[in-house]
Amino acid sequence: MSIRERLSGNEAAAIAMKQINPDVVAAFPITPSTEIPQYFSTFVSNGDVNTEFVAVESEHSAMAACIGAEAAGSRAMTATSANGLSLMWEMIYIASSLRLPIVMSLVNRAVSGPLNIHNDHSDAMGVRDAGWIMLFSENNQEAYDNLIMAHKIAENKNVKLPLMVCQDGFITSHSIENIELIEDDKVKVFVGEYNPEEYLLNKENPIAVGPLDLQAYLFEHKAMQADAMRNAKNVILEVSKEFEKMTGRKYSFFEEYKLEDAEIAIVCMNSTAGTTKYVVDCLREKGIKAGLLKLRVFRPFPADEIAKALENLKAVAVLDKADSLNAAGGALFEDITSAMYVNKKQVPMVNYIYGIGGRDTKSDDIESVYNDLEEIAKTGEIDNPYRYLGLRK
Amino acid sequence: MDNLIEIRWHGRGGQGAKTASLLLADAAFNTGKYIQGFPEYGPERMGAPITAYNRISNKPITIHSNIYEPNYVVVVDDTLLESVDVTAGLKKEGAIVINTTKQAEEIKKHLKGYKGEIYKIDARKISEQTLGKYFPNTPMLAAIVKVSKVMTDEELLNDMKGSFKHKFAKKPEVIEGNMKALEIALNSVEKI
Repeated sequence: MSIRERLSGNEAAAIAMKQINPDVVAAFPITPSTEIPQYFSTFVSNGDVNTEFVAVESEHSAMAACIGAEAAGSRAMTATSANGLSLMWEMIYIASSLRLPIVMSLVNRAVSGPLNIHNDHSDAMGVRDAGWIMLFSENNQEAYDNLIMAHKIAENKNVKLPLMVCQDGFITSHSIENIELIEDDKVKVFVGEYNPEEYLLNKENPIAVGPLDLQAYLFEHKAMQADAMRNAKNVILEVSKEFEKMTGRKYSFFEEYKLEDAEIAIVCMNSTAGTTKYVVDCLREKGIKAGLLKLRVFRPFPADEIAKALENLKAVAVLDKADSLNAAGGALFEDITSAMYVNKKQVPMVNYIYGIGGRDTKSDDIESVYNDLEEIAKTGEIDNPYRYLGLRK
Repeated sequence: MDNLIEIRWHGRGGQGAKTASLLLADAAFNTGKYIQGFPEYGPERMGAPITAYNRISNKPITIHSNIYEPNYVVVVDDTLLESVDVTAGLKKEGAIVINTTKQAEEIKKHLKGYKGEIYKIDARKISEQTLGKYFPNTPMLAAIVKVSKVMTDEELLNDMKGSFKHKFAKKPEVIEGNMKALEIALNSVEKI
């Protein structure tokens, strides 16, 4: 039987790390993810885990320490937010290109400047092309579940890529909510031992890690990384199925909420999906056929599957919690419209940039999007596809 | 969303409004409910106005925004009545609970003609009497339970006994005072 608890999103992430009991955790505190290494360091002092906890002097060093630990053949984890991730930038790409399955808890926060400590997705969107698997979480439960599944996905020999689990800063990281925890022994069996095929401290099979890689081979190595990302799709589905067997909780690339017979739908990620479910329920009571596609797996991007899920809708709104400042649209919107185009699906689509810097997204805001969608479904007209939601005039 | 109850707390930094909202979430969780407890984080400083929230329901709660139309409002510090619009969006079928010694007429002046029920409690007196110091959050926790009936008095007292034992494991001498504060507060809420 699972354990009924109430935890904040940060507590949930820390408990998942305790149950995983990785070999190394290296982290530097930054709001709103600070509590994760803080709680974890307590587990270390209390002897609840036998992890080597490295209290580094910067996030660049945190990622560098994780890279060193993974290259040596051990399992490494970290947590950060916003500018912490920015400072890791150089090492983020090195982690993925060295094919090191590091797992990170990213508690999403606006990247400066000006200085803001609140939630949006600008930190995650900044590393969307860095070769990391990126999972998004609606609430504390999903932040926990995604972490429990993370190593099994990342360490699979056909994948070997780092993975980050995102959740919304403060909105879920600092909100106490109900959660179902899995027993320690079950997690231990599920996550399993880490036995990398090749690693630095294996004297039987010496290897070089990170040497110079010029015109002759870098291209091929990048193509292998891209292959690994494609392979990750099946592995994510397999691990999710195995997780469902253990817990009864079903995960896939995305969750379709009342989408099957929907005429209008919103696509979004993280906590806003929960608020959207509430609005969908209210609209359904009024006979409006509203639905939601909540994206869980942003990298690898399930382009064909999304196109299929959205093909029969009359109008779709994609909500981006980060502005790409490119005069064209947000990152999620561009990925989804591109997926529709290459799959030859023609569905009217609009983009809303929302929730920047912690601007609260109310159920009324979400309802206004569905109102716009009803109008678009009727007329097929979109005067401006690149819009703002909740922006003060 | 059957039986969803939404509560907004107004306090000043350092008075424990956030802690009280988390304790209420805890206690409601222990009676089998689905709960949310979260503060609105700003540039917190001692004495600055802060807001915290609770959602309590018999069904899973998916909504993740602040609360704009609460069923109940708790005001931990009555000096906030002059600067914060404490009844904003408060449902008229609901109620507001204020920690104050002010007279009814004086309080009502600040509530913009709020039509719902208004309760007051002297949390300072209770706290100073039972704890020897001013910690208004424990009496206010009891007051909101009494008014909102999210659980019975007994459920609250039983649950808090366990929580205090855990929370004050290193200062057991304050457990009795806190329990006393709850008991007195449960019987001191006055409708005006």
